[in-house]
Amino acid sequence: MSEKNIDLTLNIWRQESPEAKGHFEKFEEEISPDASILEVLDEINNRLEAEGKAPIAFESDCREGICGTCGLVVNGHPHGPLPKTATCQLHMRNFKDGDTLYIEPFRATAFKVLKDLIVDRSGFDKIQVAGGFISFNTGSAPDGNAILISKELADQALDAAECIGCGACVAACKNSSAMLFVSAKVSHFALLPQGKPERYERVQSMVKVMDENLFGSCTNTYACEAECPKGISVLNIARMNREYFMAELKTGTDE
Amino acid sequence: MIKLDSKVPEGKLSEKWTNHKFNMKVINPANKRKFDIIVVGSGLAGASAAASLGELGYKVKVFSFHDSARRAHSIAAQGGINAAKNYQNDSDSVYRLFYDTIKGGDFRGREANTWRLAEISNNIIDQCVAQGVPFAREYGGTLANRSFGGAQVSRTFYARGETGQQLLLGAYSSMNRQVNLGNVEVFPRREFLDVVIVDGHARGIIVRNLVTGELEKYASQAVVLASGGYVNVYFLSTNAMNSNATAAWRAHKRGAAFANPCYTQIHPTCLPVHGEGQSKLVLMSEGLRNDGRIWVPKKAGDNRNPNEIPENERDYYLERKYPAFGNLVPRDVASRNAKYVCDEGKGVGGGKAVYLDFTDAFKRIGIDAVKDKYGNLFDMYANITGFDPYKVPMQIYPAPHYGMGGLWVDYELMSTIPGMFVLGEANFSDHGSNRLGASALMQGLSDGYFIIPYTMGNYLGTEKPEKVDVERSEFKEAQQNVEENINKLLSINGKQTVDSIHKRLGHLLIDKVGMSRNEKGLKEVINQIRDLREEFWTDLQVVGNAKSINQTLERAGRVADFLELGELMAIDALNRNESCGAHFREEYQTEEGEALRNDEEYKYVAAWEYKKEGEWELHKEDLEFENVKLATRSYK
Amino acid sequence: MSQLKQFFNSSIGKKLVMATTGILLILFLVIHLINNLLLFGGPDAFNQNVALLESIKPLIRVIEVILALIFIYHIYNAYKLWWENKKANPEKYAVSAKKENSTIYSRTMVITGSVIFIFLVIHLYTLWGKYNFGMEGSENYFEVIKTLFANPIWAAFYFIIMIFLGYHINHAFQSSFQTFGWSSKKYTPLVKKIGTFLAIIFAVGFASIPVYFFLISLGGQG
Repeated sequence: MSEKNIDLTLNIWRQESPEAKGHFEKFEEEISPDASILEVLDEINNRLEAEGKAPIAFESDCREGICGTCGLVVNGHPHGPLPKTATCQLHMRNFKDGDTLYIEPFRATAFKVLKDLIVDRSGFDKIQVAGGFISFNTGSAPDGNAILISKELADQALDAAECIGCGACVAACKNSSAMLFVSAKVSHFALLPQGKPERYERVQSMVKVMDENLFGSCTNTYACEAECPKGISVLNIARMNREYFMAELKTGTDE
Repeated sequence: MIKLDSKVPEGKLSEKWTNHKFNMKVINPANKRKFDIIVVGSGLAGASAAASLGELGYKVKVFSFHDSARRAHSIAAQGGINAAKNYQNDSDSVYRLFYDTIKGGDFRGREANTWRLAEISNNIIDQCVAQGVPFAREYGGTLANRSFGGAQVSRTFYARGETGQQLLLGAYSSMNRQVNLGNVEVFPRREFLDVVIVDGHARGIIVRNLVTGELEKYASQAVVLASGGYVNVYFLSTNAMNSNATAAWRAHKRGAAFANPCYTQIHPTCLPVHGEGQSKLVLMSEGLRNDGRIWVPKKAGDNRNPNEIPENERDYYLERKYPAFGNLVPRDVASRNAKYVCDEGKGVGGGKAVYLDFTDAFKRIGIDAVKDKYGNLFDMYANITGFDPYKVPMQIYPAPHYGMGGLWVDYELMSTIPGMFVLGEANFSDHGSNRLGASALMQGLSDGYFIIPYTMGNYLGTEKPEKVDVERSEFKEAQQNVEENINKLLSINGKQTVDSIHKRLGHLLIDKVGMSRNEKGLKEVINQIRDLREEFWTDLQVVGNAKSINQTLERAGRVADFLELGELMAIDALNRNESCGAHFREEYQTEEGEALRNDEEYKYVAAWEYKKEGEWELHKEDLEFENVKLATRSYK
Repeated sequence: MSQLKQFFNSSIGKKLVMATTGILLILFLVIHLINNLLLFGGPDAFNQNVALLESIKPLIRVIEVILALIFIYHIYNAYKLWWENKKANPEKYAVSAKKENSTIYSRTMVITGSVIFIFLVIHLYTLWGKYNFGMEGSENYFEVIKTLFANPIWAAFYFIIMIFLGYHINHAFQSSFQTFGWSSKKYTPLVKKIGTFLAIIFAVGFASIPVYFFLISLGGQG
């Protein structure tokens, strides 16, 4: 599969701890075009370790673009310049011999840098704990075919549910807004009949926790959609806004 | 000294679970909140267990080494989940799913467990639909199915190529609801490093906080291990980078028997290796075999463009050898045959790959229909390899994927350490010597949603364990043990990196304890692994300290355990003088090259008790087959 | 905090405020533009209209107060959001990819908005203020405008600002639809086109006035 190797200059963010001041460290590398960018980091780390130097801390897990663990910013693009691709699926054949890359962590107040390229995304979990579920207990489910759901609706819900929770939307947004992520979650449940009973409480609780966790507001630049490795649509944000307005109109009016 | 008691209930197979559920102790709702339960792992099994136990009112603590519970590797399962719903009216039934699974596992699974799995399969689908899992639907609004390897019926439920993700998000959301309600507490970025045993029962764990480096002690009245599988022992596998055997292995060293470690599944549809720098192998869902046809050129060394090779010069070897099942033979059969054709020199793309061709499917159902079914997999393939599968056939090769072996558990999923339950891939239970596609998700969720909530009650109700304090000597001893291990790793100060040793271990294992094994190779590899382990402990370089994030240290601990597990895999494979399922011993095959079982002598589960480093004692759990006739597995 | 207050303090609530006030301001601009275009009809047509509005002065005053409140809320809310968003994202990347993942219109709302804000203050002084407080008995409003734009600096200033206005509206219109939740695969492309159309109409329409009077002034001299 491989053609010949390419030479790249990599400027990689190093930061000892959340409090420490970070800086770029420069690496000149000869790289196989078939390697993924994380494999390039693996190789650099292997060499650093052999030399007794601290390897670059970065996170990744499935390396199939589905777990959402990995997340680097390459030349200003969360997950790199290739559309609809997670960092782990970014192969070096997408770069040219002689290119210079800047590799940084996701940057946002809500995503504290823990070390080098590792950030803390626990805010996402908190948002989901607030309402990202359907309330029912194991064992009480009716037959799977008891509720008919049109193929179109199921597909739409899945389009939203495909979100891998990586945080690229926050990293791409000039306001570090988490609206694409939250709206994908809200949409997934709001679209399905199973999620309807709690739709209003859900969107209110999730938005509340989102706001509490230092994410910014959406100003509709749509950078999130452009950088999302799963191509989650900003139409979800519009849907979440609708849900939120309806929730405002429909709840708390009877008391 | 371990005594294996499978606790399989008496009675008719189809009534065992129902009767047993009635016979087990129950705890009254008000008392449940007095029990603390620790769950290690937050994948399908762990998250579903935490959710269900939380719903019942137990106080649950969940530990995960990921930054978020949602990242567990269950998320990467693509193809689907089986259930005996018979929505397709194609003669499916609980019995058929049970039989397919037992047969697929080459009659090395426990009948009662497998039956229960098939029985529960239907509840799982209902459960997941109610949670909002957006399964694929027909135009009329009913659930859609597809067929999968090892079955002649369409019983696989799916959500595009992301079924695992959707199911995990479902379990994760149910768990989050319990977090919201205060019944479950999640501890991310914590790595399990030891189990604490008090008076013979599991009563707590020691974890390392991966951010601060601190060792933390947690006490509970029962421990649930749902820490996943171990095939990352091969270095290159389809598992996630962080998947490891450490939790299971440390528990093993504390007295949990490890069963059938040599049953490792090599998945047939993975992307081929591109070079030494490769970090993992990427799986393409087996669902692809539904519409794709597998072939190699008839002539060895034929390196023409595949589209230029005429039909009569192609060998559709699976369709030729197994006309009844064709491309849908079980995974082990498909993998082994790929290896054989490549060994004959007919491999493509450098020799270690075969074609998976969709040309006929494009003609039959149209490109759009194929795109709808597998679009994301096609995109992934194009992205990784740089080739467009809509134009050129895909190249695939087998890769280690799943460990059927794992910690031995009884019918109630309890290990040989009382109070420690093992769920999901971490246990050995339901798949025998080979797992069929779309049944790992089924098992993880069945264990978590529908088995542990009952059996946990039985244990707690029978034992009525008291709360213990983390200041007890047992906790201190365990913590000290972990600390010593970490200090040892940090003080070797040698020259080799963790990955370089792991890679070498992987090469040894895939070569000699991979798709095809023999006595000579196994004997050799045992010594080679011992030597490598020696090298590891004398010449390893772990940079940094234990007081902050140190990923090298994390990996070093895991590889240390792999180096012991690898040896046991070889020992187990050497002990099993037969071929069954994924365990193929070259000495034991039919004239046609098919696996040859030896039911007389090896119809047992091999459960290994840890004695000391490099020394194990074998315990055998005899397998009774009262409901199926032991047959030679044939997919012809 | 009352539920309503909480709503308007939420990130989505604040968006709603921006969008609602923004759309009202666009409506105001439509009326403003129609009035402006009467300038092309000559002094009589324009001054007649001025006289008409003068006859309903109390109503106009009420509208002006409401309009001022809308402006103030729009501007206040915008700066508040800008400040909060700045805090949410204090660090920039070494290399910016913004050009590739978003439009310049969407990123520069606070800049174009600020320019328009500054313009607004000046505009109130030069024309609205002049009309309401500074006109001498013999002057008519048409003449005031004509005189102002005969000055090339004022003409150029107004002309340039209208380009900023166009930029602002181009994003604002479709953005408010998104905020209201009125986005869909089917209609959003059309909404975007309408937004761009409006932006051009406003920019060209408003800018044509200073250009027209400036050219007239040249003609008068030559």
